[in-house]
Amino acid sequence: MNRRYAMYMVAAAAFATMPAFINPYWTDVLNTVGLYAILALSLNIILGHAGMFHMGHAAFYAVGAYTTAVLNVTFHVPVLWAMPAAGVLAALFALVVARPIIHLRGDYLLIVTIGIVEIVRIALVNNIFDMTGGANGIFGIARPELFGFKIRKPVHFFYLIWGFCAVTILLFHWLENSRFGRALNYIREDEVAAEGSGVNTAAYKLGAFVLGAFWAGMAGTLFAAKMTIISPESFSFWESVVMFTIVILGGMGSIRGVLLGAFLIVGLPEVFRELASARMLVFGAAMVAMMIFRTQGLLPPAPRHYDLRGIMSGTQTREERA
Amino acid sequence: MTNGLAVGGIYALIALGYTMVYGVLKLINFAHGDLFTIGAYLGLTLLTSMGLTGHLGAVAGVLVLAVMVQVLVAIIGYLLERVAYRPLRQSPRLSAVVSALGASIFFQNAVMLIYGARFQVYPHDILPSATVSLLGLDVPLVRILMFLTSVVLMLGLYFFIQKTRTGTAIRAAAIDQGAAKLMGINVNRVVSLVFLIGPALGGAAGLMVGLYYGQINFTMGWVYGLKAFTAAILGGIGNIPGAMVGGLLLGVIEALGAAYISIAWKDAIAFFVLIIILIIRPTGLLGERVADKI
Repeated sequence: MNRRYAMYMVAAAAFATMPAFINPYWTDVLNTVGLYAILALSLNIILGHAGMFHMGHAAFYAVGAYTTAVLNVTFHVPVLWAMPAAGVLAALFALVVARPIIHLRGDYLLIVTIGIVEIVRIALVNNIFDMTGGANGIFGIARPELFGFKIRKPVHFFYLIWGFCAVTILLFHWLENSRFGRALNYIREDEVAAEGSGVNTAAYKLGAFVLGAFWAGMAGTLFAAKMTIISPESFSFWESVVMFTIVILGGMGSIRGVLLGAFLIVGLPEVFRELASARMLVFGAAMVAMMIFRTQGLLPPAPRHYDLRGIMSGTQTREERA
Repeated sequence: MTNGLAVGGIYALIALGYTMVYGVLKLINFAHGDLFTIGAYLGLTLLTSMGLTGHLGAVAGVLVLAVMVQVLVAIIGYLLERVAYRPLRQSPRLSAVVSALGASIFFQNAVMLIYGARFQVYPHDILPSATVSLLGLDVPLVRILMFLTSVVLMLGLYFFIQKTRTGTAIRAAAIDQGAAKLMGINVNRVVSLVFLIGPALGGAAGLMVGLYYGQINFTMGWVYGLKAFTAAILGGIGNIPGAMVGGLLLGVIEALGAAYISIAWKDAIAFFVLIIILIIRPTGLLGERVADKI
């Protein structure tokens, strides 16, 4: 197990030196991959772990990004300081909209979340609260500053975004093996049995939604900082589809799978940019083929592993993937 | 209001495809909206390349055109089911949904590659531009024709489903596939049939939209598809008369909302309706109460 972690550390360190070898364009592509990785990891809590078909994640992302933009442009709050506010507002929004729909079954939830993301987009286009700038969006968002250092170039953003991504991975890995993570998995596998064993399913499902939204809102801050311009078109239904597909193709509930999915779905089309127009066609066909031949995703999570001897002897120690 | 009914007729035609597929397979066929788009584009191609309306006159020409579009889109729908859905019949429902999304992306981009990303324009001298005075209102004849066409198609389908043996088989498969199989119904054939009828109606709706609005785009299937799905839920998903009523109702609600609330929020109205319906009465207006909790 330690060897496994050592290998991850080496891989991460190697990845961190990447910007030294590639040009700014590809660094920027990696930044986009990182942003989607964060978003997909936050969606993974809702879709992968709790098994709720949520296809409106772009709505929370949009709330976060717009909160940041408004705070920065109108109230001159430094971009990174707006991050907690962006997360909290996205989480509150999730709390309000998810509460009445949380009990809906699978595909109904899917269609309602699509509805929510469309309503949010239309609201932004219509300049809701007179703050969102309508169809043109908000521009002139300041560059973020970290400890007095101004983050400007793609390389700087590379470390900001992937640093945040690393924190996300560590935190969500811990969460996966926590009481919360196990409860969500139980709900995904059998909601009635979970309820019967005393898991407050409604509260846990809502919790998953709020946490996922909180994280997506913070990713929105990073997006606003990176682009300096945001408009409603950045948060269309299509964005939700991309995040959804990353989680499904990578492997629901698997951090490694989601990371791989982000690279494949966001990064690979860039590699084939020359074939620009046909790549989405192939993408669609690949999704169909994937579902037929490998339903569980590319890297599904390893089954949970419990050391029974530990539990029998009463100490209740648990060892994952020994 | 009359515009609402005309558009509602289109929603209803598309909604029928959703509701029939959902009834039999419990699957949201995300690619259905794109079959509708394909119908609109095929209609345009056939219209401009064959000059049917020139040879046969407007009415007969459009009718022949409609039949051709329906047949072609039905074939595409059949192939879609065979390739993308049949291998997933026994898989978890999410797999089929993702497969449907993939198929939708595929179709959308196929249309874009073939026809280009820009709006395509239908020749606009085909349909009569006369208006008819109805109850003291001047109503464009086109709207009445559209409304009547959709009603005729829907009634045809209704009688087919209710009165024929094949229709009975479809209803049986929708209620309980296993039992239907035991009664000697070939469920695979029923599913294929559903994927022929639904897309045929969707394709016809696409042609009607093309003729009515005059311009079409490769992404239009999403919006119409989502609204039609809303209509299907509004009427009670899986319920065929429900889809018809839901479609017309949604068209009218939308037209009234655009007129009295705000035109800018027109597209959002359908989604508000959807969310409210699912919260208050998830089985829809005409849906039966089922034990299966939604």
